[in-house]
Amino acid sequence: MERIPILKMGDFLLVTIQVDLYDQLAENLESDLINTISKHSSKGVLIDISAVSIIDSFMGRILGNIAVMSKILDAQTVVVGMQPAVAITLVELGLSLNGVISALNVERGMDLLRSKMHISDNEEQEYDDDNE
Amino acid sequence: MQNNVLGVLKEHESKLLTIWSQILLDSGSGDGAMEEEESKEFASLFLTALAKSDEKYENSQEFEKVQDLIVGISSSRGKRGFSPRENGQYLISFKEAASQILSELIDDPAKLYDANLKLSTILDNMMIMTFEAFMKGREDVISRQVDEISEISTPVITVWDGIVALPIIGTLDSSRTQTVMESLLQQIVDTGSSIAILDISGVPAVDSLVAQHLIKTVSATRLMGAECIISGIRPEIAQTVVHLGIDLSGITTKASLASALQTAFEMLQLAVVKKRKIVE
Repeated sequence: MERIPILKMGDFLLVTIQVDLYDQLAENLESDLINTISKHSSKGVLIDISAVSIIDSFMGRILGNIAVMSKILDAQTVVVGMQPAVAITLVELGLSLNGVISALNVERGMDLLRSKMHISDNEEQEYDDDNE
Repeated sequence: MQNNVLGVLKEHESKLLTIWSQILLDSGSGDGAMEEEESKEFASLFLTALAKSDEKYENSQEFEKVQDLIVGISSSRGKRGFSPRENGQYLISFKEAASQILSELIDDPAKLYDANLKLSTILDNMMIMTFEAFMKGREDVISRQVDEISEISTPVITVWDGIVALPIIGTLDSSRTQTVMESLLQQIVDTGSSIAILDISGVPAVDSLVAQHLIKTVSATRLMGAECIISGIRPEIAQTVVHLGIDLSGITTKASLASALQTAFEMLQLAVVKKRKIVE
């Protein structure tokens, strides 16, 4: 069965969607991704949708679900490279994907994830300091 | 000759033209050389058609040519800025000139009446076409202008590396917002900007629909991974927005483009510093 590859890059997972998603594929991606996050205890997920030109409400919901699920597993989701038409469609559908952080391209998405990690590391350190 | 009463007009073409242009000149609706050319062509074609056709003056291929010509003339006159009245005057004067000649040629009142009636029918029919063509000519101009306006009304400016600004001038409606949103998002992709400033100081009024559009634009920019600042909110607009109960709390709003730019600099961790003066 066709699957979308999930690449592990250190603490992050990188998913590049190169084909038009149909519902089954999207559902598989969702479960695969969540399993991989819990397996590697990843800290961040980067989903590149720059090649996706058509999106529907189902796909929008899947993206939102992935974000919420990863959040529960303590991983931050960043969606990168959204096409203007896709963004307009999502807004018109009333899906603002509030839990999802976006970035313009993979590079910036990575920076964003790293800075988020950095902040949470600092917070932990501060917390440790307080304990001492 | 007997059957084709109007055909005789062909023999008096130059006289008719003189009378016609005189009437046009008197009514003050002429515009010189170009019109003379058109009139000559029309008169010659029309009179030829009359001369060639049968008693009923219809279903003739010659008339189709004349109609095409008059449609062309009137739409070009429309584009040249003639008023509908002047345009109508053009054919009315022709009718006047033609019946003047007819009354000189025909002595029998019954025959004259008949000829005039036929002439009127043909020319009135043409006049209707003229108006249709005239309106169409004007509509073409208007629709071209609308296209042009919508094209020039969404200029996306790169104000800094990574910052784009879009000043909106004029009323926002659904189709316009769509263009605004599309060009802004496209520009964000093209320039790889991370901050977009939407300046609405040129928007005369904001109602709930416009606010809705603005919120949508901001959401779409966020989805793309850029931040959107709305600037240029005038006091009246702030009042209306609050009175309408629109929640803009999730959106960064600034009073002026300058302060929006300042905020953008802060977001990008940039600082504008005054150059120190070199002390001599």
